[in-house]
Amino acid sequence: MIRLLMRDLILALRAGGGFGLGLGFFLILVTLVPFGVGPNSERLAAIAPGVLWVGALLACLLSLDRIFALDYEDGSLDLLATAPVPLEGLVAMKALAHWITTGLPLVIAAPMLGVLLHLDGAAYTWLIVTLLIGTPALSFIGAFGAAITVGLKRGGLLMSLLVLPLYIPTLIFGAEVVRRGAQGFDVMTPLLMQGGISAGAIALLPFAAAAAIRISLR
Amino acid sequence: MASLWEWANPRKFMTWTDKALPVISIFAAVLFLAGLVWGFFFTPDDYRQGATVKIFYIHVPSAMIAINAWLMMLVASLIWLIRRHHVSVLAAKAAAPVGMVMTLIALASGAIWGKPMWGTYWEWDPRLTSFLILFLFYVGYLALWEAIEDPDTAADLTSVLCLVGSVFAVLSRYAVNFWNQGLHQGASLSLDKAENVADVFWYPALVALAGFVLLFLALVILRTRTEIRARRLHAIEMRERVQG
Repeated sequence: MIRLLMRDLILALRAGGGFGLGLGFFLILVTLVPFGVGPNSERLAAIAPGVLWVGALLACLLSLDRIFALDYEDGSLDLLATAPVPLEGLVAMKALAHWITTGLPLVIAAPMLGVLLHLDGAAYTWLIVTLLIGTPALSFIGAFGAAITVGLKRGGLLMSLLVLPLYIPTLIFGAEVVRRGAQGFDVMTPLLMQGGISAGAIALLPFAAAAAIRISLR
Repeated sequence: MASLWEWANPRKFMTWTDKALPVISIFAAVLFLAGLVWGFFFTPDDYRQGATVKIFYIHVPSAMIAINAWLMMLVASLIWLIRRHHVSVLAAKAAAPVGMVMTLIALASGAIWGKPMWGTYWEWDPRLTSFLILFLFYVGYLALWEAIEDPDTAADLTSVLCLVGSVFAVLSRYAVNFWNQGLHQGASLSLDKAENVADVFWYPALVALAGFVLLFLALVILRTRTEIRARRLHAIEMRERVQG
């Protein structure tokens, strides 16, 4: 399992820029928003929590098809599926690798991009905390979406259509935490809700994703 | 005592629906028309909302069908995943477009009612938003059916998606509730619960609801029969290709 995780990490780091892609996308998206809505700092501060969360979500989505598609194409997914490890654990490891290569850099980069958007000072802690809690859910939900579309030839667009509605609860609670943090309100309720969603997604979705892969490989 | 699972036999299903479908269709047409005509022409205007209140007879039944169609798909998908009855998953597939259209009708009729009453076609009210999300779930489910060529793989994957989607649809429903409270007050103008509607509006609404339910049933049976026939046709074509 750990070797599998290392393999995925090394592949992601080596194979032609898959690693920084999501991060670059996040940066560009956040840079584009002020061009779209104007440089008024109050207005930017008001929408900053939402923009940062939507940006993180889209950046995550961008790299999802790399979780299974490459392994499916060269046949190594078949080998991994017949290997003497549970497929559920394998899915979980792949989602974890996706989180380390995509989610974690987003968490680290988000505060700096928050500066660009004049995010309120009190919100930075909550931005990091909520992204730290929320992005694993994005990776695990995404792994499920990637598993369902793995056998399709043009699955990318379809996957966005399937995965994005599933991201809604995470997005709502995540942006809500940051917004409340910026205004100095109590953040515990949405934070706990989001933690619940993440825990549920990590616990249950590998099973659904593994079922989907078994069906696709049949 | 005939078992419930005998319905899962496609031939049994076909012979049974051969007889039942015309009856259901006629009842659906009669109740649908009766409910709407009664509601539109023989009920008084609301003292505050005027004639716009009459959209209620389309809006509420279609919204209820939209939600329950997804529930039906969930049950049918579960039956397929557990017991592998083809009729079940075909019924789920057949119900999806109907449910999607019902969601659209509910959204559109709500928007038309909302313009004179709320002064806006669209408001990010929890109920409206969750219906929009439900619509997205229907679109995703149908798109997945379209995208996969092998029918059994498509049935399996869409069923899994339906299960996971149901969980997330419920989650979204409550998340959205929460989200809007944080933003501003909940809708103060939403339609009251059925108990609060006066009897003059309540009875025609019940008839219209029964009409919508039967209409949904008739459409789903019709579309399931079409799917079964399409499967048979496909099987015949394959057989001829092998022989020829």
